[in-house]
Amino acid sequence: MGDFLSIQEVGKTFVSNEGHTRVLEHVNLEMAKGEFISIIGPSGCGKSTLLKIVAGLDTDIEGRVLLEGQLVDRPSKTRGFIFQEHRLFPWLTVEENIAADLSLADAQVKQKVNELIRLVKLEGFQRSYPKELSGGMSQRVAIARSLLRNPKVLLLDEPFGALDAFTRTHMQDALLDIWRHNETTMLFVTHDIDEAVFLATRIVVLEPRPGRIKGVLHVDLPYPRDRLSPSFQELRQLVLRTLNNDYKEEECWSI
Amino acid sequence: MSVKVETTSISKVSTNLETKKILLTTRIWKGSLLPVGILVLWQGFSMLGLADPALFPAPSSIVAELYRLLLSGELIDNLEISMARALGGFLLGGAAGLALGLFVGMHQRAEEYIDPTVQMLRTIPLLAITPLFILWFGFGELSKVLLIAMGAFFPLYVNSFLGVRNVDAKLFDVAKVLEFSQSKLIRKLLLPAAMPNILLGLRLSLSISWMVLVVAELMGADRGVGYLIQDARSFMRTEVVFIGILLFAAVGKISDSLVRLLEARLLKWQDSFKG
Repeated sequence: MGDFLSIQEVGKTFVSNEGHTRVLEHVNLEMAKGEFISIIGPSGCGKSTLLKIVAGLDTDIEGRVLLEGQLVDRPSKTRGFIFQEHRLFPWLTVEENIAADLSLADAQVKQKVNELIRLVKLEGFQRSYPKELSGGMSQRVAIARSLLRNPKVLLLDEPFGALDAFTRTHMQDALLDIWRHNETTMLFVTHDIDEAVFLATRIVVLEPRPGRIKGVLHVDLPYPRDRLSPSFQELRQLVLRTLNNDYKEEECWSI
Repeated sequence: MSVKVETTSISKVSTNLETKKILLTTRIWKGSLLPVGILVLWQGFSMLGLADPALFPAPSSIVAELYRLLLSGELIDNLEISMARALGGFLLGGAAGLALGLFVGMHQRAEEYIDPTVQMLRTIPLLAITPLFILWFGFGELSKVLLIAMGAFFPLYVNSFLGVRNVDAKLFDVAKVLEFSQSKLIRKLLLPAAMPNILLGLRLSLSISWMVLVVAELMGADRGVGYLIQDARSFMRTEVVFIGILLFAAVGKISDSLVRLLEARLLKWQDSFKG
């Protein structure tokens, strides 16, 4: 493994009036450039917290995160972040949202925005407002907004979790297209096993309370992956077993 | 194929526009029924000699007087000076309220130091301060404009402050990840997000400016619509009193409509319930 993105001994404790909650402990992960890693785990295992730490949105942590040898200590455009909700600016049109703080009057920006609109297949919607878009379209705009900044890595926090099953499948295909086309490194948090197996080159399984890496699985299936093939199902079973093997009874119930 | 789709959508839009037009005319018609009816009754009573012309002059004589005032230029002159006062005071107070409201909204420290004082001043009735303003600034234009400015200040302060505090915190995370500069943060996130509240404050400030204008002009002025009313009252020219009142109503309504027009333009992105 290369040391493109390196998560070293990361731990995190939330302190509240009710006491301390240990959400992450001894998390170590090395990520190579161009990889597509899915982080999977039950809710409450700290996977979103881990992603926020990599983004630099949460810096009050133990351990450290390095991107190309540089310490992550604040948010940056080099680490694009896709939230679970699209979080578009409702007062800006699609193209203005993608440009965000950049000016569309700049011919170079305008040209790149147009290219990205083609990439995420939103031609004809340049001047639409977010209220006129479906959930899937909005999330594609959010992805284009991140890609305009040429991020070294794209961090995705259950980005398709709120979408219906058809749209989700479609968005997964779209994301793989973008990954192949732009060779952007992807770190993708999900709680959907199918999604993880369909997308990732590696799957990191987290266990909850405190969040720890329970296992890392390599997915050697060729793209595009067939969800119905025996090998896909086999891997799916493997992830499920890794997730469940030494679960306590109550935690199984809570899923 | 795509051409066909476009033409159907265009024709749909145009029929939509036509039905909207028809709806609008019927709405105007329905809305004017009551005031027009009252006017007709009023005129009838006057012609039958049932209304005292010194208290309720006939609508026809009010219109005749209006025509005379327009011809002599008296009306325009007085309206001009009134509008200048209201606008000057509104711009002064409104701009200050907007700026301070945004500033205090953005900085919690500023809120702790400034907001309690402003909230205290806000509760003082303007009429109670009027004598003080006259003592300090005399009967001239300055005291009038400052009084109006003070009235216009608070609605814009309160509403722009609220607007900033209502901005979705999740969008600030986006601005952080995209590394917005401070000026972009204000221009692309804070101002547009606070705009619904700011425009509401603008409307309230405008209407208060008009109200305070009347107060200031009735207290003592030698020109302006308020003066016109006061002067007409002492000479029992009731027609002119009515004209003055109508003038205030008309200008107030027009300025309010202008802000609503601005609202429709600036807030077309909003996805809210429209009844």
